[in-house]
Amino acid sequence: MTPDANGVDALIDTVTVVFLVLGALMSLTATIGLLRFPDLMSRMHAATKPQVLGLFLLLAAIGLQMRQWWVWPVLAVAWIFQLLTVPVSAHMVGRAGYRTKHLHPELLSVDELEAVVRKAAEEGGGPGTR
Amino acid sequence: MKDLVLIVTAVVLTVAAAGAIVRIAIGPSLLDRVLASDVLLGIVGAALAIDMAVNRHLNNLFLLVALTLIGFIGSVTVARFVADRRGQANDS
Repeated sequence: MTPDANGVDALIDTVTVVFLVLGALMSLTATIGLLRFPDLMSRMHAATKPQVLGLFLLLAAIGLQMRQWWVWPVLAVAWIFQLLTVPVSAHMVGRAGYRTKHLHPELLSVDELEAVVRKAAEEGGGPGTR
Repeated sequence: MKDLVLIVTAVVLTVAAAGAIVRIAIGPSLLDRVLASDVLLGIVGAALAIDMAVNRHLNNLFLLVALTLIGFIGSVTVARFVADRRGQANDS
């Protein structure tokens, strides 16, 4: 950050500060969700979604501060890989959590997976192999 | 301004990391702990990004890219091999 900023520099610094604080607060949001939600599914929902927006804000802050064009593609790569990998891990955790029954069925309004999992278990292969 | 931002974000991220560690400690299941350690990894990445933005250097940029690239492998691996042992206690 520039020490005695004015004009455009001050504007960029202000936007950077807002992005940094908001990005840090997104991590705090994920933790609050982890601590307060009742079962694995809702915790997974809280843990995976705010991190994507938080990382986007922090990477945008880096790009604004560096002011070099080659940085932006690298930051875009980091964010795109975050977008691609977070759903994978959330899906795998949710899938394993459903099959090991780490959920409160009374909290679900619709359970479309139940019939599929029962059918797969009857056809051989235990729960968790599919 | 620079010091203020560093202090505010450091406090916020410290509270967030402490909460994630509490969730790792109290569980109750393995998948909860995996999820919380994923969040903890995200908080470490956030701290790296804030340090780079405030101090205007790019030393950790490729570490951050690598974190977003391979950070999900741990939770996927654990989730793939976690099994329900309650129904099949006599199998092994």
